[in-house]
Amino acid sequence: MYPRAFHYHRAGSLTEAVTMLSQLGDDAKLLAGGQSLIPLMKLRFANPGHLVDLNFISGTSYIQEEDGGLRFGALTRHAEIADSALAAKIPIVHDCAAGIADVQVRNRGTIGGSLAEADPSGDWAVVLMTLATEVRCLGTNGERTVPLAGFVKDAYTTALAHDELVSEVRVKIPAKGSGGAYIAFKRSAPVYPTASAAVQLTMDGDVCKDAAIVLGCVGLTAIKVTDAEVALRGHSFTDKAIKAAMEAASAAADPQSDMRGSADYKRTLVGALVKRAIEAASHRARGEQVEVSHIYA
Amino acid sequence: MPETIEKVAIRLKVNGKPHSLQVEPRKLLVELLREDLDLTGTHVGCDTTYCGACTVLMNGAAVKSCTMFAVQADGAEILTVEGLEKDGKLHPIQAAFGDSYGLQCGYCTPGLMLSTAQLLANNQQPSDAQIRKAIAGNTCRCTGYQNIFKAIQRAAQTVKGA
Repeated sequence: MYPRAFHYHRAGSLTEAVTMLSQLGDDAKLLAGGQSLIPLMKLRFANPGHLVDLNFISGTSYIQEEDGGLRFGALTRHAEIADSALAAKIPIVHDCAAGIADVQVRNRGTIGGSLAEADPSGDWAVVLMTLATEVRCLGTNGERTVPLAGFVKDAYTTALAHDELVSEVRVKIPAKGSGGAYIAFKRSAPVYPTASAAVQLTMDGDVCKDAAIVLGCVGLTAIKVTDAEVALRGHSFTDKAIKAAMEAASAAADPQSDMRGSADYKRTLVGALVKRAIEAASHRARGEQVEVSHIYA
Repeated sequence: MPETIEKVAIRLKVNGKPHSLQVEPRKLLVELLREDLDLTGTHVGCDTTYCGACTVLMNGAAVKSCTMFAVQADGAEILTVEGLEKDGKLHPIQAAFGDSYGLQCGYCTPGLMLSTAQLLANNQQPSDAQIRKAIAGNTCRCTGYQNIFKAIQRAAQTVKGA
């Protein structure tokens, strides 16, 4: 399948890329990893007249530790994050990167591209919403920092202006005593998950000091479930507390019925994923090793 | 639709051989390989980034060549199934797929062998789970995967012993 014909522009720097976007106007799109954009173009759901390719810009793929946080260059591939010892300092970030789609897609797809795409079924926003995450946005008037919660506005819609791009993603490393787990339920590796749940817990002995719970694929954006967080905060993990969190998650989910399952099924599924993620995260918060991330039907 | 689309000059190496080409930006890497270079061992299966039949190695990394524009491979080294064989002798991965009956119709086989090549280049003692994860992006509709799995185990033994 051929996409519609387009003009190809190869940016030499991120600054040049935003200048190109500004000059080319609304008919231009950025090409990062291309693992969502190229299929959309082949199906002619996206028909840009101009593509600005970011892949030849050096210095845009990196993982660095600074001031208790990790900085990811926008063009850092999922595979690079999955293989990074630094990124493994936040286990939930490693798990997300290592479980996205398949080897081939992880070799191309980028963290910045995934966030900027804002696909309702994407993995990164779900995981990074449980952490203190900031998105650095570069435009023709310079760079600004947007908290992730304010960055994703709607399905396929972000706070980026047309002539802005994601330059970097910054994630605070959770304190000791905090642990997270991301469980995405998929029918096979290359497809998007049917539903997913990310949980980050900070424990003080058996008592939950803080909780962040975010759902994926069951709404137009990732959904932060405040009621589920409240159900856990200040409590030990009794069956009752976990059940309350599950019920809050199912209630907050707003899924669509589609080929991956009915809305009712997804609502039930996401509750169960939250339960599993809470259990895994609480073990990790105690420093125990737990292997769990994407699971296949 | 833009009236005239400028072609883009690219240079790349495919199976060790250098090529200089003028390509239309929308040409996919798989189409460049199959149509311009006549390397038809790389197959188009689903054409939607699912099945992995079009998998090739780009600078050693497995990629779906239906999900990359050829212009993006400028300066890259590409390995396709045609580049596995050396001096008329099958690559250990190819031999293992044959010996273990790791194929039936053969449509998915080139992609699976290149995913295997990336795996074994980085890890010559893959665990069962690592093998399964390495080929999760390659769909086979004939074999049920068991013999593919055995072929990869056999190839790992051969590559390790080589």
